[in-house]
Amino acid sequence: MNRAFLFIPLLGFIAMGILFWIGLGQEDKTSLPSPLIGKPFPTFILNTVESGESTNHLPQEPVLVNVWATWCPTCKAEHAFLNELAKEGVKIVGINYKDDDFKARQWLQAYGNPYLFNIADPDGKLGLELGVYGAPETFLVDSKGIIRAKHIGDLNAQVWARLQPQFEAMQ
Amino acid sequence: MKHIFLTLCLWFPLAALATVDGYKYPFDDPQDAARFEQLAQDLRCPKCQNQNLADSNAPVAVDLRDKVYELMQEGQSDDEIVGYLVDRYGDFVRYNPPFRAETVLLWFGPALVFVFGLLLLVLIRRGQKQPPKPLSAEEQARLQALKNKAKSS
Repeated sequence: MNRAFLFIPLLGFIAMGILFWIGLGQEDKTSLPSPLIGKPFPTFILNTVESGESTNHLPQEPVLVNVWATWCPTCKAEHAFLNELAKEGVKIVGINYKDDDFKARQWLQAYGNPYLFNIADPDGKLGLELGVYGAPETFLVDSKGIIRAKHIGDLNAQVWARLQPQFEAMQ
Repeated sequence: MKHIFLTLCLWFPLAALATVDGYKYPFDDPQDAARFEQLAQDLRCPKCQNQNLADSNAPVAVDLRDKVYELMQEGQSDDEIVGYLVDRYGDFVRYNPPFRAETVLLWFGPALVFVFGLLLLVLIRRGQKQPPKPLSAEEQARLQALKNKAKSS
């Protein structure tokens, strides 16, 4: 009877081991849950990269909002995939985060422009409202301007396979 | 020479806090400066994860420090400022997590494990302290036989 107690620490150890194993396997430590999901896209009045004209709203249809910058290597890595998505008819709005308009225009000329338009956010104010902490980040925004999902890191075929059903179901 | 060097080494911690204490965030009231420092200590940098805003020089940490300063200048309270950041970056930015249903384990987990261990220890010690059982008749007979054998040899 008493000897059985001696196994309790071992069982505890095994239980914790399993929990940690699951935790370590599942949690992607670089991507934090966003509290913005289900909330409206923050208001902004900023200029577009392309024309320099002021803009304060997203298109009233489901869009991807992609936060990118020319200083961000991962953004370059995902750019080809964004071009592909745009070709398939996915609407993408860019936020050029803490960047220089001139460099951004050069980039778009060199690598192609998958964006409907780009919002220039040179001092990261809109980025802060969106809880951006590392480009690239991509938001799914519906036609009412509600943020439905957020992906941190590059958007690739694998990630899109996960997000596409949600995007297509969005109104 | 060695002593001078060691003394200089002692100044390094001051240099580490320079980002918060220094030139960039002037306050008229030393109390506000202390508040700012406390906030920068208690808020976590979302990019670098194991550093607070005071320690980190990641661009996003700089932005958040600037924002905290800006909000303080607007006269917002500590709770409002923390709330502002939590609304955007989530509870992750707090080094001092709120007490809620999903954080119960975080707050009480260590105490639970401690109590469990203590309980286990008590049970085991108690088991060891039980007096030995009296010998059965059979064992008595065997003991007697062994004693007799020892005597006779």
